[in-house]
Amino acid sequence: MTQTLSEQILSQAAGRRVKAGELAVVTVHRAMTVDSIAPEVIDVLHDQLHVDQVPHPDRCAIFIDHVAPAANVATAEGQLRARRFAQTQGIEAFYDAGAGICHQVMIEAHLVAPGTIAVGSDSHSTTYGAVAAFGTGLGTTDIALAFATGKTWLRVPETVRVDFIGELNAVSDAKDIVLHLLGEVQADGFTYQAVEFHGATALSLASRMTLCSMTTEMGAKAGLIPPDALTRRYAPVPTWLRVEESVNYQRRLTLDLDEIAPLVACPPRVDQVLPPRELQDVHVDQVFLGTCTNGRLQDLHQAAQLLEGRHIAAGVRMIVIPASHATLQAATADGTLATLLAAGATLGPPGCGPCIGRHLGVLGSGEVCFSTGNRNFAGRMGAPDAQIYLGSPQTAAATALRGVITDPRDIA
Amino acid sequence: MNRIWLFGSAIDTDQIIPGRYSPYMTSEDELARYAFIERRPDFAPNVRPGDIIVAGKNFGCGSSREYAPRALQKCGIAAIIAPSFARIFFRNAINLGIPLFEADLTELVADGERATLHLEPPRLTTAQTAYPLPRPPAFVEEIRAEGGIVAYVQRYRRFPGERPAGTAVPSAPVVQS
Repeated sequence: MTQTLSEQILSQAAGRRVKAGELAVVTVHRAMTVDSIAPEVIDVLHDQLHVDQVPHPDRCAIFIDHVAPAANVATAEGQLRARRFAQTQGIEAFYDAGAGICHQVMIEAHLVAPGTIAVGSDSHSTTYGAVAAFGTGLGTTDIALAFATGKTWLRVPETVRVDFIGELNAVSDAKDIVLHLLGEVQADGFTYQAVEFHGATALSLASRMTLCSMTTEMGAKAGLIPPDALTRRYAPVPTWLRVEESVNYQRRLTLDLDEIAPLVACPPRVDQVLPPRELQDVHVDQVFLGTCTNGRLQDLHQAAQLLEGRHIAAGVRMIVIPASHATLQAATADGTLATLLAAGATLGPPGCGPCIGRHLGVLGSGEVCFSTGNRNFAGRMGAPDAQIYLGSPQTAAATALRGVITDPRDIA
Repeated sequence: MNRIWLFGSAIDTDQIIPGRYSPYMTSEDELARYAFIERRPDFAPNVRPGDIIVAGKNFGCGSSREYAPRALQKCGIAAIIAPSFARIFFRNAINLGIPLFEADLTELVADGERATLHLEPPRLTTAQTAYPLPRPPAFVEEIRAEGGIVAYVQRYRRFPGERPAGTAVPSAPVVQS
C-alpha cells in the first residue's frame, strides 16, 4: 500500500508503518510554545507532571511574539517566567521580543526540517508543511507532554489532495488562492484531515507558508507541499519522503490558478469571501500589514510596489509589522520600509501585533480594519462590534490608498 | 435539573474567550468570569455546575488556546453537544476530561430548557425526552474516566495508541509522577 506524505512522516516518527485512521505515538522533533502559553506549559510541567528538567531541550523552542514587547505587568511577568525557564532548562532555541513570529522564525532559523514533526501551541503551526514537515497546533497540556517526553500521540489523518494547474497572475497572492479554497470548502471543510498542495512548484517559500498557515482555517490538522527543488535548497529531504503513485486520497480537488483573482474574507467568518469589487464603499479605519500569514518580505514588497510614490488616504492608519527581525532588516536594507513609511504607514516591532487584539492596534467600537492576517472573528482585534476584513498585501495596499476596500487592479 | 445553553454554529475560540481575556493578560483565577464575556454576557454570571452547552457545527474553531475549554470547565459545564468540533478544541477538551458528544440537538432543545446529562449510557434528558448520545471512541472514554490526559499518562505510563510497556514497540513516555 502506498502512503500519503503525512502517513510517510508519521510512520517514520512512529517507528512502524501507520495508516490513516489509527492512533500513532510519534517522536516530536520540535515542540514549540510562545509567551502567551508558555507560563501554562511551565505550570503543567511543574505542578502536574513534576518534571524538573525536560529530557530534550534541543528539541524545544520558545518565542516571545504574541505580546512582544510586553504590554502590561502581567505579560511582562509571563515573559520573565518563559525567559528563566529557557535558561534553566538549557533551551537554546529561545527567541525574545523583537525576534519575530514563531512560525516565521521556526523556518528562517531552520528549527524545522523536511520529513519531521513539529508541534506548536499555536494553531498556525500548520505553516511548517511549507518545508514538507508535518506541523500541527496543540494545546497547553499536549505541548507540556511533548516537552516532558519528546513524543505525542496523533490520529493519523486522511489526506485531501489539491492540484494546482495554470499560473498565478501578478496581482494575486497565495492568500487569494487560500481564500478561494475557503470559499469553496468552508471553515470546517478539511476538519481532522491533512491537505497536500500539488503543482505548487512555481510558488515561493513565502507563498507556500501563507498557504499552509491558512489550512488550519479549514479545520486541517496539517497542510503540506510535496518536496521539490525549492525544498531541497532549504534543507536536505529524506529519500523516503516522496509523492507515491496511486495513493488513496480521501478527496481530490483541482484549482486553476489562472482563475484566481483578489478576494476578501468578510467579518465575522473566514469562509465568507467576496471579490473586493463587489464590496461597495466599505470604509476602513486601519490597515494592518503583517502576521504569520502575510508579514514576510515578499508581502512587504508587494504592498510597497502599489504604495510607491503614493500616499494612503486621509483618516486611515496603516500599521506594518514585519514577521521577523530578519524581515525588518531586509526591508530596511532594500528600501521597502522607506517606501512604506513615505506612503504614510507606521511600523511595529516584529511579532504578532494586533492580530489577537492585545496591543499595537486594538480596534475600538465600530471600527473597521483591513488585515493581511488569518482571522476575522467578532472581537478578535478589539471591540466585539469592530469589523475585520482579510485579504492579500496588494489588496491591503490598494485599500489603504483609497480608504475603502479596493481591488488592487483598480489602482492605475 | 440543570439548564441548556444553546449556541449557533462556528462558535470560535475568540467568542468562547477573547484573547485579551486570557490568563496571560489577566489571571487564571478570573478565567471562569470571562467565558463568553462578549458573545453572551449573561452566561458566566448565571451558569451552574452541571449545565450543558448545545451548539451547532464546528464548535471551537480557531485558536489552539486551551484556556477556552478550561474556562468552560471552570464554569462547571457537564458536557458540550455539537454535530462537529474543531480538531484542536476537541483534543484540548478530551485532554482536560470534558465530555464532548457529536450530535445535533440544536433543533430539538431550547435555550434555557431544563436538562440533565448522563454519562452511562450517554444521554441528555429533559422533562419530556431522553436524547441518546453517541458513545465516544474507547480511548476518549478512558481519558475522560481518568479525568484527563495527564492522569491517563500517569496511570498507564503510556499515551493513547501506544502499546503497553513490556511489549515490543515503543517504550513508555518518561513522565515522573
